[in-house]
Amino acid sequence: MSLPPFDDVVAEHGRTVLRVCWAVVGPVDAEDAWSETFLSALAAYPRLVAGSNVRAWLVTIAYRKAMDKLRSNQRAPIPIGMTLDRPFSDRELPDAELWAAVSALAPKQRGAVVAHYVGGLRYAEVAELLGTSETAARRSAADGIAALRKVISGEDSM
Amino acid sequence: MTGYGTVEEMLVGEDGEAVMGPLPRLRARLSAAAAGEGLLDVAYCTIDTPIGSLLLAATPDGLVRIALPNEDQERVLAELAVRISPRILNAPSRFDQAAREIGEYLSRSRRSFDLAIDLRLASGFRRSVLRQLLEIEYGATASYAQVAAASGNPRAVRAVGSACATNPLPLVVPCHRVLRSDGTLGGYAGGLQLKRRLLELEGQSEAGQ
Repeated sequence: MSLPPFDDVVAEHGRTVLRVCWAVVGPVDAEDAWSETFLSALAAYPRLVAGSNVRAWLVTIAYRKAMDKLRSNQRAPIPIGMTLDRPFSDRELPDAELWAAVSALAPKQRGAVVAHYVGGLRYAEVAELLGTSETAARRSAADGIAALRKVISGEDSM
Repeated sequence: MTGYGTVEEMLVGEDGEAVMGPLPRLRARLSAAAAGEGLLDVAYCTIDTPIGSLLLAATPDGLVRIALPNEDQERVLAELAVRISPRILNAPSRFDQAAREIGEYLSRSRRSFDLAIDLRLASGFRRSVLRQLLEIEYGATASYAQVAAASGNPRAVRAVGSACATNPLPLVVPCHRVLRSDGTLGGYAGGLQLKRRLLELEGQSEAGQ
């Protein structure tokens, strides 16, 4: 078994990585975080063991890059709602309200929700990424989903 | 919000979603940044030509692989990942000159290529055969035996045949200009029909008759 061309990796996981970046750092810095994620992954790629879980690898890098951006971001947080008016490329950021609600979660809940639901990491991987136990990661994700449901169900007639 | 499903489903998103507006732009930006940092070991693109879709691949040293229309492009890229490096990205902007020259050649407005080439996919005798092929001029032909002699090993006629058959840079390294001593076509990795067409393009209208 050998490593596929990196281009295939970008094609397959570019979307997931972008959503993780959106969820953590918002639309403005997400593109830089996406680029830094894939550039750093490309540098390390030839040393990746063939057959590794590439998505988990990328999501872990993306989460850390996006968190770095979030921490070093000196600008004031973008108030909820304003993201709707921000041009995102040539179109609005899809699901802007969802991302606004995610960004308003408590940090542990946000991390668990993003890593597990947006990034598709298993809870053991989420726990490792967040430096917590699997049980705690599971609980944070459940609490986060409950909180999101509360915010969103008000406007969403499912 | 958009009315699809539960919060969990919204977080996962949909495969076909429009989001992906930014992705082509981000991928182009990634290719440029990777090249700038020396991390793009193999750039590639595909171009449409009168003979069909060609895949072009290049290392920082030059054009390293041209895949003719009858080749499976995914397989070619997978082979490049193994033989050169898996650091492969689509980077069409790096092929402006190559695409233009190949287009001109196929429309008869160019007789020779002015492109840097990287012959690392051929080694030893095969590489010296490819260098000999570069000496055969537009519109001319040579026999496998002549190329063997010119490459310094007159008895290696069959080896010349296999060097041609595995030529990583067809068109630019003109293996289509090599015929059997009796004037019949011999072989061509891109198919005999294409070999005949290239020879006719270059004015060898009686080729293979």
